[in-house]
Amino acid sequence: MLDGILIGLSTAMMPTNLMMVMVGCFIGTFIGMLPGLGPISAIALMIPVTYGLDPSSGMILMAGVYYGAIFGGSTSSILINAPGCSSTVVTAFDGYPLAQKGQAGKALALAAYSSFTGGTLSAIMLLVAAPALAKVSLSFQSSDYFALMLVGLSAVAAFAGKGQVLKAWMMTILGLMLATVGIDKGIGVERFTFGLTDLMDGFSFLLLAMATFALGETLMGILKPEKDTAGAENSALSEIGSMKISKEEIKEVAPVALRSSILGFFIGVLPGAGATIAAFLSYGLERNLAPKDKKEEFGKGSLRGLVAPESANNAASSGSFVPLLTLGIPGSGTTAIMLGALISYGIQPGPRLFVDNPEIFWSVIISMYVGNVVLIILNLPLIPYISKLLAVPRTVLLPMIIFFSITGVYLVSFNTIDVFIMIAIAMVAILLRLANFPLAPLLLGFILGGLMEENLRRSLMISDGELSFILERPITLTFTIISVLVLVAPVLLTILNRYRVKKAKLVEKVG
Amino acid sequence: MLKRFKKCITRAIIVASITTLSSISWAAELEEIHFIVPGGAGGGWDMTARGTGDVLMKEGLVDTVSYQNLSGGGGGKAIAHMIETAARQQDTLMVNSTPIVIRSLTGIFPQSFRDLTPVAATIADYGAIVVANDSKYQNWQEVVADFKQDPRKVKVAGGSARGSMDHLIVAAAFKGEGFDARSVRYIAYDAGGKAMAAVLSGETPLLSTGLGEVLEMSKSGQVRVLAITAPERLAAAPNVPTLTEMGNQTVFANWRGFFASPGISDEKVAQWNKAFAAMYKTDRWTTVRDRNGWIDNYKADKDFYAFLEEQEQQMGDLMRELGFLK
Repeated sequence: MLDGILIGLSTAMMPTNLMMVMVGCFIGTFIGMLPGLGPISAIALMIPVTYGLDPSSGMILMAGVYYGAIFGGSTSSILINAPGCSSTVVTAFDGYPLAQKGQAGKALALAAYSSFTGGTLSAIMLLVAAPALAKVSLSFQSSDYFALMLVGLSAVAAFAGKGQVLKAWMMTILGLMLATVGIDKGIGVERFTFGLTDLMDGFSFLLLAMATFALGETLMGILKPEKDTAGAENSALSEIGSMKISKEEIKEVAPVALRSSILGFFIGVLPGAGATIAAFLSYGLERNLAPKDKKEEFGKGSLRGLVAPESANNAASSGSFVPLLTLGIPGSGTTAIMLGALISYGIQPGPRLFVDNPEIFWSVIISMYVGNVVLIILNLPLIPYISKLLAVPRTVLLPMIIFFSITGVYLVSFNTIDVFIMIAIAMVAILLRLANFPLAPLLLGFILGGLMEENLRRSLMISDGELSFILERPITLTFTIISVLVLVAPVLLTILNRYRVKKAKLVEKVG
Repeated sequence: MLKRFKKCITRAIIVASITTLSSISWAAELEEIHFIVPGGAGGGWDMTARGTGDVLMKEGLVDTVSYQNLSGGGGGKAIAHMIETAARQQDTLMVNSTPIVIRSLTGIFPQSFRDLTPVAATIADYGAIVVANDSKYQNWQEVVADFKQDPRKVKVAGGSARGSMDHLIVAAAFKGEGFDARSVRYIAYDAGGKAMAAVLSGETPLLSTGLGEVLEMSKSGQVRVLAITAPERLAAAPNVPTLTEMGNQTVFANWRGFFASPGISDEKVAQWNKAFAAMYKTDRWTTVRDRNGWIDNYKADKDFYAFLEEQEQQMGDLMRELGFLK
């Protein structure tokens, strides 16, 4: 294995390959920054270029584009609330409020450091244990995925502000309902399509996120111009590009980044989950773990809420290379394209890859690490300039956001109907915002709901309709118990507190 | 504007890669082919269109080739587009495959291949019944024996919904053994890779898929192919038995091919087919075909049409039996 790593190191460090990483990261960051355009579009664009390269260089270039796009995606999430790809949707939850507070530079820098932590930690984990991790990829079955999604959903309270729990649940259910639109993946029956071809594929998650967040937020800004306090903004402007992060803050977020990286990596290793799920789960976990006073910051510009999804989605993206390289199974759309590219080089990823083509296997993993270093060197100096974007007067900025969000959605599918659907959803989202409904749970319900339903139906079919599968598999059982605990714990704690207070009072009286 | 810009970039990249590869190009008979791909980048349709277009252009059979991904409605969006804008699609070919027949039958597509101009089927993939390497099943007969005892024990994974291709392949295989096709327990996964993961992890014992998707994995020893639905053994996989040689008459080919808009002249169709026929003779095609695990299955024009009608009949009968059609 050490030989392999050395071969990989020497391949990755070749001047041409180092250039590939840099070029890839640069192109990826640029494409990723455009709202709606994410790693899939970026990699698909690079495929014709990679045909002329040797396999290692081609894969390194594509991997660079991949990290770059995810990295760039968080920039548009933070600055204009328009996620570049689905895995950076969660980044907008706290990144955008931070930027609005005039801390855009800090938010971008934190996102960059978290991505770096996530990417680096997972590259190390890959380096140490990649071949062995193939077993982890195959350890999850449908019922386990179902229970995992259940845990994710039970964290719903984490996505709600104070006193909004009921509204949050209502939005989650709306999200679950939206997830059922389209041709059903199990039986192939059309559900809620009203015979319209355009609804057959269901709603795209990214479109939903762009409509509810980017468009919704912008239109709200136009509806409520009084919120736009120019004076406060001007004073904040001087701070906008500042990337200063205090020691206390580092102390606060370091464990968050560590936990989220590990969680994200393992979620990424599972072929049925992915970076978006990883970001949602780590956000939910951190919100539940945070001390009470920090909990309330979530959704309003919490540093933890920004660091968690950013570390997790980068770690998960690296993790998704485990099933791709060691089993030949793509866990996401992006890795599916990479699999296609590898096969067209005549290389079949699988258990024999690191025996037959060690230079490819190890150089891709090493280049992940190099890519992370390149990205942080490339992006940190740019942050002060990029964040100045927010200094553009709102009368110019808002139309620009609308323009880029709409073109972004159009460029994904080249389908005009998608633009109309997006506008319609944005209208509904504005009504919901005005009625003070939180929209993040809607997205959570949507993304987890579809997967949860599919996996539940599959587990039921496999167990011939018996619910006993919950008890039979230890992983399923553990997750189910956790989700029940997460749901019940707050209620129990309140009751316990009341009891304690009463008891204390009694003691006082007696005393 | 942006779209044009993107097209420009793609062309520039293509031109650049040609010049670097220093391939010679001369005036071709066909000036332009615009490929419409009804699905996303990197999928099976996309690879077919880009692989074919790449060979056609590098061999100088066509001067310029462009691609457009138009997903939506499980492919229905692209079909509607071909029909609605037929007048503007004189140089356009849409890639498609067996699902166009299946989805027309179920009514997901209001149109069928009859509303388009079938140009040619170019490649095929045969259905494959696959087990993990450590499976207890050594051959197809053992699966059949278990199925006879209790069909519920023999669950089959596939990468598409019930009533779609992977399901039909395995249902046809068991029907060929004299069982009720409806008793087959088919478990749908939302992608081929996830179905493969299910078989490798032992969640389901069998996988129904295309041979092209598992050929390399079977060579590396991760999985074993118990049977394929080809009429005879394939040169690409000489060790894999067919169902027919085990007395099961099930033959099923998932073709991929190209369609033009309605009302295209016969001369144009003939021109396209001339280019395809020339393409098969090139080494470059052999390379592209083999690295993707495709099998030549050239059926031009009228033959293709007759084949489509025949397949429609075969699929329709099976789907009626399974209760997906009334």
